[in-house]
Amino acid sequence: MLKTADGVTEAGHVCFDNVQKSYDGETLVVKNLNLDIARGEFLTMLGPSGSGKTTCLMMLAGFESATFGEIRLDGQRIDNVAPHKRGIGMVFQNYALFPHMTVAENLAFPLRVRKMGQADVEKRVQRALDMVELSEFGSRMPAQLSGGQQQRVAVARALVFEPQLVLMDEPLGALDKNLREQMQYEIKHIHEQLGVTVVYVTHDQTEALTMSNRIAVFNDGKVQQLASPPDLYERPENAFVAAFIGENNKLMGKVEAIDGDTCKVVLDNGDKVTALKVNVDAVGDRTTLSLRPERVVIAPEGSADLDNVFEAEVRELIYLGDHIRTRVKVCGNDEFIVKVPNSSHSPDLARGAKVRIGWITQDCRALDA
Amino acid sequence: MALPSYATRGERIWYYTFRVICGLIFFFLIAPIIIMVPLSFNAQPYFTFSREMLTFNPDGYSLRWYEDLFTSQSWLRSIQNSFIIGIASTLLATTLGTLAALGLSRPHMPYRGLIMGILISPMIVPLIISAAGMFFFFSSVGLAQTFPGVILAHTALGTPFVVITVTATLVGFDHSLTRAASNLGASPTYAFFKITMPLILPGVISGALFAFITSFDEIVIVLFVAGVEQRTIPREMWSGIREQISPTILAVATILVALSIALLTTIELLRRRSERIRGMTAQ
Repeated sequence: MLKTADGVTEAGHVCFDNVQKSYDGETLVVKNLNLDIARGEFLTMLGPSGSGKTTCLMMLAGFESATFGEIRLDGQRIDNVAPHKRGIGMVFQNYALFPHMTVAENLAFPLRVRKMGQADVEKRVQRALDMVELSEFGSRMPAQLSGGQQQRVAVARALVFEPQLVLMDEPLGALDKNLREQMQYEIKHIHEQLGVTVVYVTHDQTEALTMSNRIAVFNDGKVQQLASPPDLYERPENAFVAAFIGENNKLMGKVEAIDGDTCKVVLDNGDKVTALKVNVDAVGDRTTLSLRPERVVIAPEGSADLDNVFEAEVRELIYLGDHIRTRVKVCGNDEFIVKVPNSSHSPDLARGAKVRIGWITQDCRALDA
Repeated sequence: MALPSYATRGERIWYYTFRVICGLIFFFLIAPIIIMVPLSFNAQPYFTFSREMLTFNPDGYSLRWYEDLFTSQSWLRSIQNSFIIGIASTLLATTLGTLAALGLSRPHMPYRGLIMGILISPMIVPLIISAAGMFFFFSSVGLAQTFPGVILAHTALGTPFVVITVTATLVGFDHSLTRAASNLGASPTYAFFKITMPLILPGVISGALFAFITSFDEIVIVLFVAGVEQRTIPREMWSGIREQISPTILAVATILVALSIALLTTIELLRRRSERIRGMTAQ
């Protein structure tokens, strides 16, 4: 963290500094959160329910107070500022459109609060409607709009007063799958166009991977890993992140030897695997090996470039069009998934067949147990 | 709800009996009210139908009791008193009741049940006990036989209705709307008047209506607490029946019934309009 002489962060637009939150005075829902969000960044807080991500967003919006620590916006402390004086836009989970006002009145609300002139209000409202492609809908009531349209109004309303920071609390949760994907792109494009900082909360990993510059994975009140989407998926730093993001094969074992950035692991059934040393400290530690199903290959006899090759037995085949999801029993684990691409090169597999599967050391990460 | 073709004989009999019973119940409820209306146009000073009335002879009918009502000094004063007391206590009860309901609906309100119980107790405690208590209390603090005394007493009676109707409206109230307003820059007061108030208005209005009706036809407390100066319509009717049997009472009653119907209709229309605006009902 970059700090100036007076202890104020220079780089971050939003800064959580050692923030803690407890509702009952005993258990911490958020534990020592330190997070710097850059100006113009799209940062997603991703995690299961109860992981503390929504609490963090609410503290930023001002609807919850931090029990300890500081939250700063542009270097100014905001954790002791009333929510209506923070000037942060927010899109709520259920949209929270005012049902007794037309769409245009909803959009005008933040501008009227700010005592803006009538001509300016109309101009800005129209611009915001154009931005979300609802130009003709200004005189409708929110209840007369579809879910997706209401969602867009909510986004427009959060942006119409030109805040520097916009918070989104699972805004797409109520939409069906197609609409959700479409809205993901729209929100992303609006973000790119306007350059505002977005803090987005979701429990949907696809959404997080699609939209974000960086993702903070929350669990148990802590940020487990803060990284860009490719880093998070390809280089998870602990077993929780590996299991939470994408599909993951787990092999449990004990570190036998450490050699630079790789290590030898004895699995619980006695097999030995070479893995990338990521989150283990010493020989003798328990470890979870994490392997993405698409990085495991079915190896014909005698293929030499794989560091780890094992005998496996096919237990189940599920045809998914572009690939065949193959469940095998290997190294004592019969929940091991291999994604076999559907191409003319792929071997024909049958249930019960014995095959050799393998992977390279770089794709097998030794994480905490 | 037509009778299905496979209905047994017993079911057929019950089907018609049920309808007759329902009709009788309606008749029982409404007849005493309906009967007053023609009687109030009676040309003679009795509470029964004259021969002329039953044969629809125009001579049997007259507006003399209405004339009597609007020329009588004591009746006019009681009407005025009823409106003064009714409107003042309604305004007070509505304000206090709405604030109480808002407070009680906060998520972390301590002693919610206890406070709610105390607030609605005037509705549950027998009126005569409240009235007797108020009589002694108001006498000792100098509020007995004054307008503020009667208004305060009626406020206490009307507040529970407002608390109950507004609380019911707040059950369906989406609290993220006030958060959204606050997030968009509205101070708590501004958010209350622009967002919360318009949305809970139907509950507030029906609570206010109940409070008004409660005050308007209340007699027990008036008997105890009010003096000659604060005689209300029910109090005047009460002495009318006891002291000078006159069908003027029927004229008053008819006007009150018409007024109640008009009020209820207005409220219902207002409620539907606001629900339509809120988009709660299908268009």
